Amino acid sequence: MINRQILAILRIDLAKTFFSKRGLWIYLLALSPVIPMVGHWLFGRADDHALSDDIRAFAGIFQFFYLRIVIFFGCVGIFMNLFRGEMLDKSLHYYMLAPVRREVLVAGKFVSGLVAAITIFCGSVIIQWVGIFAHYSPELIWGYMNSGNGWSHLASYVVAAALACIGYGAIFLWAGVRYKNPLFPAAAILVWEGLNGILPAMLKKVSIIYWLKSVCPISIPPPQTGRGGVWNLLLFDIDPAPPVMAIANLVLLAAFVVVWAALRARRLEISYGTE
Amino acid sequence: MIVLENVSKFYGEILGVNKVNLTIPPGITSLVGPNGSGKTTLMNMVAGLLQPTRGKIEVHGLSPLDPERYFRTVGYATQYDGFPSGLTGWQFVHCYLRLFGYSPADTERLAWEAIERTGLREAAERKIAGYSKGMRQRIKLAQAISHRPKVLILDEPLNGLDPLARAETIALFRQLGSEGSHVVISSHILHEVDLISDHVVMMSQGYVVAEGQIKGVRDEISEQPMQILIRCDRPEHLASRLFDHEQVVEAKVHADRAGLLVRTRHAEGFYKLLNHIALDGVTIESVAPADDDAQSVYEYLIGHEESTK
Repeated sequence: MINRQILAILRIDLAKTFFSKRGLWIYLLALSPVIPMVGHWLFGRADDHALSDDIRAFAGIFQFFYLRIVIFFGCVGIFMNLFRGEMLDKSLHYYMLAPVRREVLVAGKFVSGLVAAITIFCGSVIIQWVGIFAHYSPELIWGYMNSGNGWSHLASYVVAAALACIGYGAIFLWAGVRYKNPLFPAAAILVWEGLNGILPAMLKKVSIIYWLKSVCPISIPPPQTGRGGVWNLLLFDIDPAPPVMAIANLVLLAAFVVVWAALRARRLEISYGTE
Repeated sequence: MIVLENVSKFYGEILGVNKVNLTIPPGITSLVGPNGSGKTTLMNMVAGLLQPTRGKIEVHGLSPLDPERYFRTVGYATQYDGFPSGLTGWQFVHCYLRLFGYSPADTERLAWEAIERTGLREAAERKIAGYSKGMRQRIKLAQAISHRPKVLILDEPLNGLDPLARAETIALFRQLGSEGSHVVISSHILHEVDLISDHVVMMSQGYVVAEGQIKGVRDEISEQPMQILIRCDRPEHLASRLFDHEQVVEAKVHADRAGLLVRTRHAEGFYKLLNHIALDGVTIESVAPADDDAQSVYEYLIGHEESTK
């Protein structure tokens, strides 16, 4: 019974997320790193830089732009809309009037958001990967993929993108259930995640980005402030966690937050403000 | 039975409804009141979309806090025109039924059954975004009845319907009511309330001011003399005879001089008196209460100003 209900929720919500005009910006956002990489493929010359330069460039773009900006805001758009967006559309009652436990509804909507987010953002990672390395000779590329760390790097990036969707998705789903205007908590989380580079070691771990960076195959230290002296003392660069621990922690955190959202959803009221 | 016990709802410090005690029997019950009187709040609470600040609601012994069983019994068509985007009418009903966990065959059968009952078969494959207001009302009704609920709650279901669709929809309500369902309708079109309802619940400023059968409610408004229209051949003579009796407050000869409008504080006594007078040479064609309809009762209880809002 619950499986059928979750499948029904998936069917409705996936169609909305994938095919709605309102979600077009999420595709554009997800593909935004693809543009420079495809440009690099079309116009780049393999003889003026080494493969390792592109490997490092990909790692930097992925950690500092794709995870922190693209997936972050993409998840805001997908997961906050699951409840709050439908409240604004005055269509959330459609689900609430069915004999579906609120916990099942939250789980179904989270899974649907996750399927959409992972498809879009992990798909984009693969396109970016192709884009940045496509201008190299097939021998060099296949050598890197098969004999080097290519496949494991790609898998790590895909896993990191998926974990970002799980972690940020859970938090923004919760914010959408909990707050009438979830953009404020989203902004607070953005600031917190942005400050991660200058936080003390303990506080660094109270973030999504720290655990995501631990899954990334290449460590890119945060840029120095350039001011030197005392400013650089603010940068506490700590060792990444083992990837298995990072994955486990993120999944547990997401599960905890989704359960919290489900409990909160029991008291969720439809108040479109007509009376 | 639908039972509300001491139900109140506050939005912060703003009153939604206050201390509502109601027992709604099977049949068609109309909820009437001006805008802001608390009708939608009350319906949303019965439908489980809002939770009462205080009090308890039960439908056939089930609580809205148990949605798995409750919403198999209750169907609700809201007044909101919000639909999940991109769906056709058929998908709207079909997807809703899938949330019940029915088998694909049952889902399809029930969806078509509801769509046919609301007369939307031909438009079913079109996107709801292209529907007229009346069609949207009907597809919401189809959704609400699709799982054959025993209790149907309909918020302003006749809004936007053309006369034919209105008549068909009222006939559908009657059919559902006669099948033993509870049909609770909110409406501000009072002559339709007379036409549709077995019972009426009148609300004003968050309070239930009257409930029951309209005639019964009217009988309890003792401060307003009952109006009775008498069609007869000698209205002036009848009026002069009636003024001799203290239960008659007022008698006005009708403009066509073929009838008389009488206001009396004691209807039963007046009817006996009228029988007596009729034996005295006045030919009476008909006698009918003139103010035991929803409009009159509404105006007596809630006031003319409110009723015209």
